[in-house]
Amino acid sequence: MVVSMDAIRVEARHAPGDILQLWKRNMLAYRRQPELMVFSTIQPVMFVLLFAFVFGGAIPTGPVEYIDFLLPGILAQSVLFGSTQTGVGLAVDVTSGMIDRYRTLPMARSAVVAGRILADTTRNVFVVGLMLGVGFLIGFRYHGTVAGAIAMPFVAVLFGQTFCWISAAIGTSVRRAETAQVASFVWLFPLVFVSSVFVPVETMPDWLEVVAENSPVTHTVNAMRGLALGTDFWEPLVWALAWMAGIMAVFVPLAVWRYRSIQ
Amino acid sequence: MEQGHNGSSPIVVVRDVHKSFGDVHALAGVSLEIERGTVLGLLGPNGAGKTTLVRVLTTLLDPDEGSAAVAGFDVRRERTRVRPLIGLAGQSAAVDDTLTGRENLEMVANLYHMGRAAAASRAGELLARFDLVDAAERQARTYSGGMRRRLDLAASLVADPEVLFLDEPTTGLDPQARLELWAVIRELVATGTTVLLTTQYLEEADQLADEIVVIDHGRIIAQGTAAELKARSGGEHLTVRVSDLAALAQVRDVLEAEGDGPPTVDEATGTVSVAVSNGPTRLAGVVRRLDEAEVAIADIGLRQPTLDEVFLSLTGHRAESEPVDAPAGAV
Repeated sequence: MVVSMDAIRVEARHAPGDILQLWKRNMLAYRRQPELMVFSTIQPVMFVLLFAFVFGGAIPTGPVEYIDFLLPGILAQSVLFGSTQTGVGLAVDVTSGMIDRYRTLPMARSAVVAGRILADTTRNVFVVGLMLGVGFLIGFRYHGTVAGAIAMPFVAVLFGQTFCWISAAIGTSVRRAETAQVASFVWLFPLVFVSSVFVPVETMPDWLEVVAENSPVTHTVNAMRGLALGTDFWEPLVWALAWMAGIMAVFVPLAVWRYRSIQ
Repeated sequence: MEQGHNGSSPIVVVRDVHKSFGDVHALAGVSLEIERGTVLGLLGPNGAGKTTLVRVLTTLLDPDEGSAAVAGFDVRRERTRVRPLIGLAGQSAAVDDTLTGRENLEMVANLYHMGRAAAASRAGELLARFDLVDAAERQARTYSGGMRRRLDLAASLVADPEVLFLDEPTTGLDPQARLELWAVIRELVATGTTVLLTTQYLEEADQLADEIVVIDHGRIIAQGTAAELKARSGGEHLTVRVSDLAALAQVRDVLEAEGDGPPTVDEATGTVSVAVSNGPTRLAGVVRRLDEAEVAIADIGLRQPTLDEVFLSLTGHRAESEPVDAPAGAV
């Protein structure tokens, strides 16, 4: 691939408008695909209710109510699962030929991936808001500062956005929707469960606890809990942000490179 | 064939283009030119390299060797100049299933940066032109195969391209939809758009193209007008069909006497065929002789060889392999 000055000029000039176009297109698609609406609404709500009522009594969380413990974790879990849709959507665009259409247009190259991630992030904002609402209905309460209460869902959305780039790299590599789905969940499930999302990590066997303690999911969820409960959050937050920066540093270029190499 | 526009220089120039995928030489040194305002039919069986060439010319694929230019711009080094000038439809392009017909066209127009009002009016124009007004507000997933192709074609025309690439535009369509699409393509050509059309249907190239390039295993094996290509396969044929198969031997003898070579007999259809020169005179002679022999003729006629026969004589194998199923969507 030859990158010319012309190409860079097209990017600079048209990227914002083109990203907006692709965002609009993806948002319309989400609204019109019932299975995606279910994935984005009913499933997260079901997770909140099931975990709160089924496991709530069985998992010791010390002085903290389980729902207060659970909600930040389950927000992180939902945005992570939601991030898989970035790769699935891109893979669908490859197989359907839409990517070919885009690539013959005089549009900004970055817009296809960025517009998709912007749409998935928008959906994550919606999902996080919905789950917070359901959480409040069944007893979740903030115990920290107002700033912490505002920052907590913001961290979740940022975390989800980070994983969208991993998903984008997967989707543009495997280029088949089903494969992208499997290739995401196969590592995402252990990553989410071997963390502090649902249980305190101290309850795990020693070797697993070491893994869980150093997981980006644990750091992020601990930071979110700190923000929501008014406990210490700075240390996990710094770790979480460092993880996100590291993931972006690797996967943004990787996703862009994989996208460019589609022929 | 050069029907107008000022430029005498070809608008598409391909010079010795090679492209391999692993061990497969999809293009093994292809050179061709397309004159402004003409239709070039790129004819070949599945896997001949047609789509690969289209992808090179539409900036989707970099050639390994050689060069290609559209309107004077190199498709690799100046692809941002090429893109505003081209449209692509057919198996490599697509429409978005979840968007309506109108939304699909407006999105493409917006991605050409036409401005909101211009985009809306262009979309409206194209919907009318391609007979999609009634379906404009429906999601494309509800469209029939023919409607999808028309929408796809409309999307490729949004920016009024100088060169339109149609990659197997009718593959997978039923005969009725194919005829409709042909009519649409003919109208387009009449407005002066330069078209590169790939097809594995010989009839399609014959119907639509000014000039035909036959491609097989990544190489050009013949080039010319439909008439020129047909002439290569031995000129006119005189064919007689009888209902009474017992008369076939008599018919054969008559055609052997009147024709230029040994006749071919097809017992399954009851036809005998022979290459002839000075066809009309021979035709009269054959009719008289068969009449004298009291053979009842079911059908008789002179015909040009089909392009299929041309392909067979050029390559030693038939052009149309098994019919290609169009996968779901305009893939």
